Amino acid sequence: MLAKRIIPCLDVRAGKVTKGIRFLENVDVGDPVAMARYYYEQGADELVFYDITASNERRGIMLEVVDAVAREIFIPFSVGGGLRSLEDMRAVLLAGAEKVSIDSGAVRNPAIISEGARAFGSQCIVLSMQVKWTGVRPELPSGYEVVIDGGRVFTGRDAVEWAHEGERLGAGELVINSIDRDGTKSGYDLEITRRISESVSIPVVASGGAGSPDHLRDAFTRGAADAAIVASIVHYGEYPIPELKRYLRAAGVEVRDAITLETAAK
Amino acid sequence: MIAIVDYRAGNLTSVKRALEHLGHRECEITDSAAKIRAADRVILPGVGAAGATMENLRALGLAEVLKRDVAMAGKPFLGICIGIQVLFDRSEEDCAACLGIIAGEVRRYPSSIDGRPLKVPQIGWNRVRQVRPHPIFAGVPDGAHFYFVNSYYPVPADSSAIIAESDYGVPFTAAIARKNVIATQFHLEKSGAAGLKLLDNFCRLAC
Repeated sequence: MLAKRIIPCLDVRAGKVTKGIRFLENVDVGDPVAMARYYYEQGADELVFYDITASNERRGIMLEVVDAVAREIFIPFSVGGGLRSLEDMRAVLLAGAEKVSIDSGAVRNPAIISEGARAFGSQCIVLSMQVKWTGVRPELPSGYEVVIDGGRVFTGRDAVEWAHEGERLGAGELVINSIDRDGTKSGYDLEITRRISESVSIPVVASGGAGSPDHLRDAFTRGAADAAIVASIVHYGEYPIPELKRYLRAAGVEVRDAITLETAAK
Repeated sequence: MIAIVDYRAGNLTSVKRALEHLGHRECEITDSAAKIRAADRVILPGVGAAGATMENLRALGLAEVLKRDVAMAGKPFLGICIGIQVLFDRSEEDCAACLGIIAGEVRRYPSSIDGRPLKVPQIGWNRVRQVRPHPIFAGVPDGAHFYFVNSYYPVPADSSAIIAESDYGVPFTAAIARKNVIATQFHLEKSGAAGLKLLDNFCRLAC
């Protein structure tokens, strides 16, 4: 049986880590390489980096960060933010990322999912979607709408329908980020996470809203998530990853035991 | 020198980074038959499909080199992920005929178990049971988690080749060893401290 994964998320702006509260008022919380190493040693199962000010002139800075991280941590990590072409993806993968995360770019150009899957394999392609509850209506049967561009643009697309489309096009994993919950510490949106997780055959990652250990437990049990992204809950030292894992293990959730081993050479 | 076989697949650099991190700096990503023949150890890493991997290995002239000059010549060999799968006779993936270094075949994970859907590919950390002692696992606790990304799993014809197992819907072979040929279904270069330890152990096996 697979362990449920805990995935710290590092928002990176101009080479520094920030954490957005509802995508506003970013607070600098540190150096991405140092934070990556810290979470790796703490037992994070995977990491995700979002380049939140992705633009062509800054792409180089992010690639340097990815390369530096890949030399120091030996767990999978994904990189997202502003990836629009196969070349963007290739650059990030060659710099050492295991996966690329595509979001608004995939809504605008869904073919990028299938092209990426063909070029690099489905396991490399994470489709991340920002979802917001805007109410059930005929064209939005789930009531959850896909939004893009940092939550500013409503697409009119149904989140469940988009998840199925993403899977069909070759995404290897789905990240469901609730705009309503992001930064609120009020818990993941279990409803949409479960609805999507139970209707696709690829792993689903819950995102947005973690504020306490029981939120993670709920994501893995009631939300049927395979993994959960954490940010503020770990960035400010409130709940270190080992403590989250102890809680989850006691609650009967299978998690990975992080171990420390001596390797002779260094 | 450790040769990392370049067969135009992804994930070659992460094995090199892990080796360098461990202090094994004499390693090179290469598609040169001469360099692979001259290497002390050979690693076949990767992410990819069996059909494309075999096509590339044949097109580069490396399929025979790996079989005759590495596996049969007693050179320490490590296959990772697709690198374990192509060692067998054949794979259900792309109905590929593979290297035939280890007798057996490669099957797809079932899409459901007892009526409950099983997500395929398996992506994530799974516990690995060491079913037969082997120096590659020296210092690694039995039951440690390793990182897997697979839709297919190997089924050796002779179970004595199996050194570790795991479960994903079905029990499956997670690592094999037959003399100098060792291979893992998991990505040891992405499996944290436990994976690095295996990689380090491989680099220290007597040639």
